[in-house]
Amino acid sequence: MKYLNEYRDPAVARGLVRQILDTATRRWVLMEVCGGQTHTIVKQGLDEILAPAVEMIHGPGCPVCVTSLEQIDKALNLAARPEVLFTSFGDMLRVPGSECDLQQVRARGGDVRVVYSPLDALELAIRHPERQVVFFAVGFETTAPANAMAVWRARELGVPNFSVLVSHVTVPPAMIAILDAPDNRVQGFLAAGHVCSVMGWTEYEPIAARYKVPIVVTGFEPVDILEGIALAVRQLEEGRHEVENQYVRAVRRAGTPPAKDLVFQVFELADRKWRGVGTIPRSGLVLRPEFADFDAELRFGLGSMEVEEPAECHAGEVLRGTLKPLECPAFGTICTPERPLGAPMVSSEGACAAYYNYGRHRAATAAES
Amino acid sequence: MCLGIPGRIVDIRGDRGLPMGTVDFGGVRRDVCLAYVADEVSVGDYVVVHVGFAISRVDEEEANRTYEMLREMSLLEGELGAAP
Repeated sequence: MKYLNEYRDPAVARGLVRQILDTATRRWVLMEVCGGQTHTIVKQGLDEILAPAVEMIHGPGCPVCVTSLEQIDKALNLAARPEVLFTSFGDMLRVPGSECDLQQVRARGGDVRVVYSPLDALELAIRHPERQVVFFAVGFETTAPANAMAVWRARELGVPNFSVLVSHVTVPPAMIAILDAPDNRVQGFLAAGHVCSVMGWTEYEPIAARYKVPIVVTGFEPVDILEGIALAVRQLEEGRHEVENQYVRAVRRAGTPPAKDLVFQVFELADRKWRGVGTIPRSGLVLRPEFADFDAELRFGLGSMEVEEPAECHAGEVLRGTLKPLECPAFGTICTPERPLGAPMVSSEGACAAYYNYGRHRAATAAES
Repeated sequence: MCLGIPGRIVDIRGDRGLPMGTVDFGGVRRDVCLAYVADEVSVGDYVVVHVGFAISRVDEEEANRTYEMLREMSLLEGELGAAP
């Protein structure tokens, strides 16, 4: 497909690999923020081929992984109610809650349906006025415009049986939390391209300046990621720390203003708990008071829930980048895609899933024996 | 979850006041909400689509320019790399 296949060109990729290896005079530590980028990096072995020049640390950019256990348990509670038709992106179905996951609720008779777009969930509500249709509105800034539009349209079209369980997070506060951590090793970032397609990159300029880290807005194909790394390494070698845009075909400095505008008409910033990481100030989006009628937590009187993470799950350290999946004692033993302890093992953007699915586990075992 | 796929707009229409369109992804066609890019796109343009929404117009001129730069660089590097 156009604007996709050419960014998988092996000849261009080889040229960039050579350039990165030639430029680096030492080994730099970079973090790719987005889990989609993690999967490309691990699948293509980019971290291994670039190992002499950069260490890639995998970031927290997996919305499925960072959705708090409490929100997952609320979803499970709602999905089990007979009057509820619960809708979600497919990624959320296998995320472990305290006792089970959405797929198991469905197996026990809960009406849980996967939708491609939040507008499909709204359409279900219009078609089933006798049911309470709840949509699990998770995601980063990339997904926020779609979820905001579903709520906006529900009000505009007057759909009283539609509501959303919101668990939205935003990227810049998480980057600041990583940089503020006393054990931080990250020297530069690849920022998430599609988050910036919506939001632009002005929010990153003060972060780059204050923490003296290069931040390169980067796409998702192998050539994109290699070019992003090449730009970050060049900045580090030259002692620069700027925001640079690799993903020029899809990102403008101001982002996509109409999308940003609607997001902040429907949502407002609030503190948000990240699974395994803890509460990050002003890192979440919640419905504005004028859209409270569409808040599933209020509609169904959910309140707060007591939850406890399994002690043997190290997902939080993996999400903060302080532990690689292979360093987790549970990885591949008591935590597998079939029986996950934490969300990073089952999400299509989870770092543990990337390592497991692309055979890093088998490679490590073979090397030991 | 932040997966975004570039596709070409085949038609543009309204659905109860919401700008919608058909977008072609290498032969697969889907309904896509164009509300956020409606002012800057027309039929034939490429957009990045995420969960049924166009979140950004693809800047074809920039895309072609930067890709040509990358290709030239890799060809040059290839020649230099092959030299004794």
